[in-house]
Amino acid sequence: MKEEWRGFKEGKWTTEINVRDFIQLNYRPYQDDEQFLASTTPKTKAVWDKCSDLLKEELKKHVLDIDTDHMSGINAYEAGYIDKDNEVIVGLQTDAPLKRIVNPYGGIRMVYQELEAYGYQLNPTVDKYFNEFRKTHNQGVFDAYTDEIKKARHVGLLTGLPDAYGRGRIIGDYRRVALYGIDFLMAEKKKDFEQLLGPMTNDLIQLREDVSMQYRALDEIKKMAAKYGYDISKPARNSKEAVQWTYFGYLAAVKENNGAAMSLGRVDAFLDIYITRDMEEGTLDEAGAQELIDQFIIKLRLVRHLRTPEYDELFSGDPTWVTCSIGGITEDTHTSMVTKTSYRILHTLTNLDPAPEPNMTVLWSEKLPESFKKYCAKMSINTDAIQYENDDVMRPIYGDDYAIACCVSAMREGKDMQFFGARCNLAKALLYSMNGGVDEVKGGLIVPGFEKMTDEVLDYNKVKESYFRMLEKVAEIYANAMNIIHYMHDKYAYEAGQMALHDTNVNRLMAYGVAGLSVVADSLSAIKYAKVKPIRNEEGIAVDFEIEGDFPKYGNDDDRVDSIAVEVLEKFSAELKKHPCYRDAHPTLSVLTITSNVVYGSKTGSTPDGRKAGIPFAPGANPMHGRDASGAIASLNSVAKINYGDCCRDGISNTFSIVPTTLGHTKEEQVENLVSLLDGYFIQGAHHLNVNVLNRETLIEAMEDPDKYPLLTIRVSGYAVRFNRLTRKQQEEVIARTFHEKI
Amino acid sequence: MTKGSVDSLETFGLVDGPGIRTVVFLSGCRLRCKYCHNPEMWVKGKENYTPEELARKVLRNKPYFKRNSGGVTFSGGEPLLQSEFVIEVCKLLKKEGIHIALDTAGVGNCDYDEILSYVDLVLFDIKHVTPEGYKDLTGHEIDDSLKFIEAMNKSGVPVWIRQVIVPGLMDNDEYMKGLKDTIKKIKNVQKIEFLPYHKLGDEKYQKLGIVNPYQDKEAMDATYCQELYEKFMRMYYEGK
Repeated sequence: MKEEWRGFKEGKWTTEINVRDFIQLNYRPYQDDEQFLASTTPKTKAVWDKCSDLLKEELKKHVLDIDTDHMSGINAYEAGYIDKDNEVIVGLQTDAPLKRIVNPYGGIRMVYQELEAYGYQLNPTVDKYFNEFRKTHNQGVFDAYTDEIKKARHVGLLTGLPDAYGRGRIIGDYRRVALYGIDFLMAEKKKDFEQLLGPMTNDLIQLREDVSMQYRALDEIKKMAAKYGYDISKPARNSKEAVQWTYFGYLAAVKENNGAAMSLGRVDAFLDIYITRDMEEGTLDEAGAQELIDQFIIKLRLVRHLRTPEYDELFSGDPTWVTCSIGGITEDTHTSMVTKTSYRILHTLTNLDPAPEPNMTVLWSEKLPESFKKYCAKMSINTDAIQYENDDVMRPIYGDDYAIACCVSAMREGKDMQFFGARCNLAKALLYSMNGGVDEVKGGLIVPGFEKMTDEVLDYNKVKESYFRMLEKVAEIYANAMNIIHYMHDKYAYEAGQMALHDTNVNRLMAYGVAGLSVVADSLSAIKYAKVKPIRNEEGIAVDFEIEGDFPKYGNDDDRVDSIAVEVLEKFSAELKKHPCYRDAHPTLSVLTITSNVVYGSKTGSTPDGRKAGIPFAPGANPMHGRDASGAIASLNSVAKINYGDCCRDGISNTFSIVPTTLGHTKEEQVENLVSLLDGYFIQGAHHLNVNVLNRETLIEAMEDPDKYPLLTIRVSGYAVRFNRLTRKQQEEVIARTFHEKI
Repeated sequence: MTKGSVDSLETFGLVDGPGIRTVVFLSGCRLRCKYCHNPEMWVKGKENYTPEELARKVLRNKPYFKRNSGGVTFSGGEPLLQSEFVIEVCKLLKKEGIHIALDTAGVGNCDYDEILSYVDLVLFDIKHVTPEGYKDLTGHEIDDSLKFIEAMNKSGVPVWIRQVIVPGLMDNDEYMKGLKDTIKKIKNVQKIEFLPYHKLGDEKYQKLGIVNPYQDKEAMDATYCQELYEKFMRMYYEGK
């Protein structure tokens, strides 16, 4: 065994790249409570104080600074520091904290808009040569897009497609850098490359090119680390190096790419092995261990990407989705994978302050240790910064070394990658099915082959038949768009650094998504159980609806309507699966909107459920605001009916807000009840829950007087955000959501 | 078949008994408590649930009951007025091992042995401790309530005492003494709760067009209520 691996238990991992095997053989589960945790060291405090000042300044200016002389790249920037003497973990995206990167490979027009918005200009020489010699992903996509895709995109039937910026949602297995060192990883890629022989088909040629690029990217990572004085060619020798090497792997990813979600993966048990060994060797104490984690987290909190104001409107508050997956249990023996480092990571929310990044994601299992469940619940009540995802439904599919990308997308570390596909507006598609495929807001025929309905009262069977046919057509347009996008992304903006930290024969997932689920379910329920009369304009387009009588609403554990939601998703998922995917990817589906539910709503006309034109949708798979009137459990039960494993394998997002006093009289009761709630929800096979414990009045106050609650963090849909970074419209939408409270 | 009149269900009840509870609000009540915050439940509404239908609804929430003895709480209105129906539901729920609580003022048909045999916990609302005070507050004689205390004592069911604290009415030493004496007559008391009078029901009076007797009454200050409670508990244990 290598000297760096002293004291570790040998296994398959010693001769092949197999981080999971290393973890399973070496990690030590921790069953007790949080009493052992340490607070910040003076060094951490010094660094964080500086960052806090910078963050305040950034909040005022929106963007602190932009490097307009360089283009994104793993090794494109000089070393940068916050407070060199006190930084235990080093490395910034550019040569200064919060200075943003220009990444033109996704689309140069986007870069111009971004720079203009903040009063910057691209270095003229860089600008000239880039345009002369480089084509972007965005240009490639538009060379291939069909008219019907362009139309669907223009009206917002398909929105948020990654056709002008990085697709993200790829998690490199950054731990490989620490466990093996770069040289071994390069040697393995070389070996793989030498075996990629045979008839030179498109597929094989592409893979050979990919692996060559990955090989060079690994070398770049090594050179980038050298600028900070670290030689990462060999494995990490101790916990400080393990954290630092892992971070260099991640840092390379966010220097090279500007994907919407640039997630970290699952590092708790992995890093804990190193920390435990150092402690046993007497070279590290608890304060030192916490210092490493705190400083690592500080670095993750400073990750930034340059975005346009329009992008911010969709996804507010500069989210980067540095999603950090914590906990879970093992596949074979169902042993908890919670370690002391799981606690240390969550403890940064106390040591630093509650913050949206990294996106703390607890992989919940009924079998997690009781004390850890309570600690998480306590931290949720205190910070509103944690999301929960059901390990018991994901583990059977993804094993025990998967992590979450973005909000809810599970993938095996280093083995799966996904083609991010944003989402399709299901509610708009429903209106199209009645309006002959004409857009109800912008006009114009978007989807041909449908007749305008003229019925005075909508007939459920007729609408459903037409809607399901519309979903078939929409699925086709959507699949075509996705295939074009990801073909071009691979071609013009390939994530070589991240893919270098994957197996060469990676499994690809085609991640489709939907928005507007509750609007569709309630609309169809209204048509079925009440009397819905469309009000049409001169062109025969239904612009509003009159509803007579009551109808069951999604969010009340009422099968009559919940089954409609399930059926619509199953139909759409089945349709998407009919289309071949680029690079043989496997189609998956998510019910997730993040904050884009506000923009989707504004682009969609009145719907038959009584929602007026422009009103925001409910986020993700949430019931529509205020319609879940039978209490929180009934609301959760409705969402829990959506099938994860067979239908929505890319995640089902649910955001839940509850008033503290409703959760229990005392803190202890609140913790107990929140744990019961999470257990009860997840035992039924539900997938995801964002938990907010707060009063609506607090939010209203924070909206009117932002300085009063500068740190107020809330979970929206799949990510956490500082409340004061949301747009006014989004703040209002959050306030309008159902707060479960008891009179 | 017995059918019940259920006003509404709260699936996430956390303050009406232990753990997470499904609270069933049964409509119909003989009392007209001046501080009532559910006046819409005074009159028994349409019978809208069979015992099977209600049991099915409750059992949907069983996964949440596991920890901390969560379960169902029959509240209202006055659940004892629909005891036949409640008994039928209890039979179905007991088969599934559901913890059953009864939130009551003890004013029903005076035949409580059977229903109490199914109940794991009674949340007993004392209302007032003197016959005059009781009559003035609720419009009803205290006797029925006393009979229910006898029935509880006979059955041996665990009891949580609940006392709404109305400013000017209960927040004095004399009342507290009387309360202690009343509670001491009840066996198996596990917990005593003071609930501060609040104004959240006021809107309902307006909507229903009913005169709100406490229109001008101030809400009870929660901190003051807690102080009273602590003082009371010290006295209660001293006397034990």
